[in-house]
Amino acid sequence: MSDAASDAANKGGELTVRVWRGAEVGAFATYLVPARANQTVLDVVTEIQRYHAPDLAYRFACRVGVCGSCAMTVNGVPRWTCRTHVSRVAKAGALTVEPLRNLPRIRDLACDMAPFFDKWKAAGGRFEGGATRADLPAAVDPASPKRRAADAGIECINCAVCHAACDVVAWDAEYLGPAALLRAWTLVNDERHLARRATLDRAMGPGGCASCHTQGSCMAHCPVGLSPTEGIAGLKRMSLAAMFLGDR
Amino acid sequence: MMERRLFVLQRLTALALAPLVLVHLGLVLVAVRGGLTAAEILSRTQGSVGWALFYGLFVVVVAIHAPIGVRNVLREWTGLARGAVDWLALGFGLLLLGVGLRAVWAVVG
Amino acid sequence: MRPHRNHRAYWAFLGHRLSGLALALFLPFHFLALGLALEAAALDRFLAWTDLGMVKLAEWGLVVLLALHLFFGLRLLVLELRPWPGGDARLGWIVPGLAAALVIGGVFLIGAF
Repeated sequence: MSDAASDAANKGGELTVRVWRGAEVGAFATYLVPARANQTVLDVVTEIQRYHAPDLAYRFACRVGVCGSCAMTVNGVPRWTCRTHVSRVAKAGALTVEPLRNLPRIRDLACDMAPFFDKWKAAGGRFEGGATRADLPAAVDPASPKRRAADAGIECINCAVCHAACDVVAWDAEYLGPAALLRAWTLVNDERHLARRATLDRAMGPGGCASCHTQGSCMAHCPVGLSPTEGIAGLKRMSLAAMFLGDR
Repeated sequence: MMERRLFVLQRLTALALAPLVLVHLGLVLVAVRGGLTAAEILSRTQGSVGWALFYGLFVVVVAIHAPIGVRNVLREWTGLARGAVDWLALGFGLLLLGVGLRAVWAVVG
Repeated sequence: MRPHRNHRAYWAFLGHRLSGLALALFLPFHFLALGLALEAAALDRFLAWTDLGMVKLAEWGLVVLLALHLFFGLRLLVLELRPWPGGDARLGWIVPGLAAALVIGGVFLIGAF
């Protein structure tokens, strides 16, 4: 606490934080918290819960950008709150924190992630392997183009930042979204995946890759620096090729 | 399957439109010099099999390309029902094809 | 512009969509006007109208929009048909595409007036 107190003394000042309270129907509540020299948006939300609003609902786990559970909308942009320093996003000492866009709001800053994972499954995102524990591990050439394409998207941790950033998700209820389609792209490039054809059919079907308009908001906002747009473009290429050359 | 077909058709027509639009833009820039008259336009186009084929193809391809885009916009930016949007897009395509081919006939016939 | 949309690729999407929409609305009228050539005098009356300054300006707009839709569309075709070298979304093509469309508009204006 003495650290915190000296930090506050260092910087003086206060942050004005507007936080969404309620579910789909609700309103912003404003809290004043000390501005510190070194604080993340998640620190601020935690401070509000500890000292101002013990009933504030929000989600977090690891606090270090590994688990993907603390994503929220900060000043209009979807972000991992644990990896977002206040100094980077506050405008004139003001922050607005809301739940992620494009998902149902449960309470305060927590949204219902079920539709996001449902789409993940609908895109054929479940790995189907054929090997048993008696088999040797598959020998996959790490330099092969397919493996490299899969590698480029494999670090996704399902934080739903891209899903919240995408306007097509907001405009078209059927659209599977950037995360689910990037997952499909990694699977169709994974030579161990037995349901490749099924995954590809789903990713090319209604609400699939053809609905993407290359707005690029997913790749602009992905905290890991992945490019779902690139994976979806790959699926579009496969879709076009399959129409004329047959599936390879 | 329909979404996939429309997606592929829109890209294929886009590939065809790229050179057509380039030539058309070039022609516009040349033709507009010194003002437009009916006689000048018709002297270039009337009886020309080449221009008839060029603009005939242009009209057909654009009558496929534009309604697919309009369909996306109506779906995403209006609250119209899916069925209504499909009929509107189809009607728009037929309209473009009809008045487009009539225009080609008017200037080359 | 809402903050999550304020980046180059989104502006390119918006330019491509709005130019396409404007062109689609214009096309039926363009075709109807050319259909007037079935009677040359009617076309000449129409062309005299298009010689007005305001109409010329609108035509300039259409030429720029057509060129813009072409260049932004070419970027999308390359993105969708070719593998991305080094994850490059060709963001560097957007501003030159816009500039090229304006140059074509400039050439139109020089010829038209």
